[in-house]
Amino acid sequence: MQARCARLKTIRLLGDPVDDYEFEADADQDDSSDVEEFYDDDEDGIPCFYDDVVEHILAVYNEYFGGMDDDDIRSGGDPKEFSLISGERRFKSTLHFQIKGSIWSSEPWTIPMAKPLVLHLLLLLICGSALLSSGSVIHPISDAHRSAATELFVPAADGSFGSLEETFEALRAFQILGVDRTGAKFEGTCKTVSEKLSSPTSTTKDLYHALKITGILGCRTESIEFDGITSRLQAAVKDASSLLELYYSLGGLLSVKEQGKDVILSDADGTFQAIKALSQSDGRWRYDKDSTGSSTFAAGIALEALASVVSLAGSDIDQSKIAVVRKDITKLFDRIKRYGDGTLYFDEKNVDPDQYKGPLATSASITSGVTAFAAVSSEKLNIGGEKILGLAKFFLSIGIPGTAKDFFYQINSLASLENNRISIPLVLSLPATVLSLTSKDQLKVEVTTVFGSRAPPLAVSLLKVLTPDSKEVTSFEKKELEYDPENRIHFLDLSPLKIDVGKYSLIFKVSVNDPEGSDIYATGDQIIVTAFFTGFIKVDKAEIAVSDSDATSESVQKLDLSKDSLISLSANHLQKMRLSLQLTTPLGHSFKPHQMVVKLRHESKVEHLFVPETSSRQYKLVLNFLGLVEKFYYLSGRYEIELAVGDAVMENSFLRSIGSIELDLPEAPEKAAKPPAQPVDPLSRFGPKEEISHIFRAPEKRPPQELSLGFMGLTLLPLLAFLIGLLRIGVNFKGFPTSAVPAMFATLFHGGIGAVLLLYVLFWLKLDLFTTLKALGFLGVFLLFVGHRTLSYLASTSVKQKTA
Amino acid sequence: MAKGTNDAQLLIQSLRKAYAATPTTLKIIDLYVVYAVATALIQVAYMAIVGSFPFNSFLSGVLSCVGTAVLAVCLRIQVNKDNKEFKDLPPERAFADFVLCNLVLHLVIMNFLG
Repeated sequence: MQARCARLKTIRLLGDPVDDYEFEADADQDDSSDVEEFYDDDEDGIPCFYDDVVEHILAVYNEYFGGMDDDDIRSGGDPKEFSLISGERRFKSTLHFQIKGSIWSSEPWTIPMAKPLVLHLLLLLICGSALLSSGSVIHPISDAHRSAATELFVPAADGSFGSLEETFEALRAFQILGVDRTGAKFEGTCKTVSEKLSSPTSTTKDLYHALKITGILGCRTESIEFDGITSRLQAAVKDASSLLELYYSLGGLLSVKEQGKDVILSDADGTFQAIKALSQSDGRWRYDKDSTGSSTFAAGIALEALASVVSLAGSDIDQSKIAVVRKDITKLFDRIKRYGDGTLYFDEKNVDPDQYKGPLATSASITSGVTAFAAVSSEKLNIGGEKILGLAKFFLSIGIPGTAKDFFYQINSLASLENNRISIPLVLSLPATVLSLTSKDQLKVEVTTVFGSRAPPLAVSLLKVLTPDSKEVTSFEKKELEYDPENRIHFLDLSPLKIDVGKYSLIFKVSVNDPEGSDIYATGDQIIVTAFFTGFIKVDKAEIAVSDSDATSESVQKLDLSKDSLISLSANHLQKMRLSLQLTTPLGHSFKPHQMVVKLRHESKVEHLFVPETSSRQYKLVLNFLGLVEKFYYLSGRYEIELAVGDAVMENSFLRSIGSIELDLPEAPEKAAKPPAQPVDPLSRFGPKEEISHIFRAPEKRPPQELSLGFMGLTLLPLLAFLIGLLRIGVNFKGFPTSAVPAMFATLFHGGIGAVLLLYVLFWLKLDLFTTLKALGFLGVFLLFVGHRTLSYLASTSVKQKTA
Repeated sequence: MAKGTNDAQLLIQSLRKAYAATPTTLKIIDLYVVYAVATALIQVAYMAIVGSFPFNSFLSGVLSCVGTAVLAVCLRIQVNKDNKEFKDLPPERAFADFVLCNLVLHLVIMNFLG
């Protein structure tokens, strides 16, 4: 049985919306679609490429709705709807599919359109705290950081935070932020750390971290064998081949010294030289003698290592060497990168991917290195305070980092900056950037160190106020802010300034009172902060009117837009509707809001949006219905009117329902566009449908049993008549052969015929064609043979009779 | 008219006499044909009464009768000694054909009977 099912060549959708599919089926691959190729093998009225069609429809449907599979489609309706139009190359068919949850109706299957998002977007009221444009928000480290630290660094049961390095980072962060480090948990840490210190298999890195942890936690040091550790570290310094080895061993020695033990660095000059030898001319450092690439991150590590050497060696180091390093640092700071708002950072892109650390790690490394070196250098480093402030801004602008490593880098760098010897950065921040003119907010400014500690006495002045298009507010003169020592805040009253509502860039300048302070502290030149001044916008002279096209008569109604109104108007397509209002700022200027929209919504939920125009001081919207008839899809009826006015600086943005207008529009011509389909309640469209009860074909009426049996008997009558007639004619069996063999063949012949007839009866009763044919084959062969013998015998006897 | 009916009666009688002269074998075959046709007529009458619902059954029944009648007629033609065309054909051969064709016909009929 060969498969006759046509391979579906193409399915094309007839336009959109879609319900009809055009098929081309080509089974014999003769590039033409014939009627015969729409086979229906199982005769259920559905062609056998149905599965292909289902698959295609599922794919299309899933593209829009997703989540459908084979079980969700069934063909509904009468299968006979699948009709072929023969005589054409392509055969259209209308297979109505019911997909679970979709509408089963005679309407075309529409792909739902996206809801008009416009109005929803327009109703967004921006809360003023979002600061856009240049200048990220900078706030000093606060309690938020402390709680974030406790969440990020979660110790395991034995007090460790993972590897030794991670434990060190966590504890150092806790130390800087002042998070509690006592407790039984950390006793365990002390124990593991001292085990690490006494174990001979620990690496230099482990020793370094372990010693640091001991220092931070204040572990009891009696059990630790410092001499052995010191000698190990000193040997490591001598044999060190790479920068990192030197760094860890020197750092370890320094840590031992800080814990009160005596440490001597044997060849300080030589070590210094070894580290210096790895430097490059552009200020960067290599990791070891053999590596060719240099990195800024390595420079930070090298500087810290050099600082450790100097503090260990005391005054043994040649000052000229330190001077050379100072020059290196200046060169290094030439590589600093900047963002637009004055934030500075280090980053490098030309390193191997596995050596790339990212701007935070690189800047953190440089910061620690440079501050450590500055602490041991007798002369001041020639880096401007502005660069330090830039770095501080970079670290603060991260906010609260998400990973433990980043958190450590940020906090550690800020801690080095807090008390560094180059210049201490002071950060200006505004606790509130949205100031309300209505509630007479004061402009409050805080100046603190990066950790929020007290700054030295200083003066903050507001130099300029700029509008968003960078124009100066000319009515404003430079003002100095007053200082409130209790809350440590500088403040300024805004009401006497007479600044109107809007978004402004405020330019501050901070100057330390002590004249020497400008050396120690870095305050930056001009600090730009964005702030919103919000206020209550007065809505005046709001009116709505309907007038004739020649503007003769008008029916004006005044609107009170502080609450919803229920005005009821009526108009026909020859008239116009006018809506106008005025918006004034608290200072009396005309106000232009971001969003002002008028929405007309029909009873059938079709919506139309309009934007009023502004002219001089007024906003006016004129709807000439004559021109809008087509836009309204010729829908007459009641339209609800809504007005939405919104702006970031407007404290009373509103969405008001004004009322309704009865529109009388002419009848739609035939070719008019239909209004777009409105989104239907999902439950009604995708909810369960009523059950389809299939009505089976009623069985045909059969005659009564007795009649049928009677006629069966009647059919047998002719047979009887036949037999009687035969007797009457004088049938005899004379011709039957008498001798044995021929007689046997004759009986077999008749028997064979009888067997075949019996086989037919069995075939009708229960056998199938295949079995019958098989049996018939055998019987037929037998019968042929026997019949041939018999008949040839009879023929020969009759010939003998004739000739005899 | 009396003459007419007389003529008809004379005609019928002469036909009867002529028919009596036909050989027995041919009479058997004629009787068989009459029997088959009668059966077919009864089936048609039945269908006329009850409607043709299992049309295939009706067709197979009628066609079986008609088919076998046709085959019998063919046999008669071939067996008839007066027929010059089939002089050389042995009647046994014709009978064998008859049997074979009937068997094939009835196989198809049984299949179509449903």
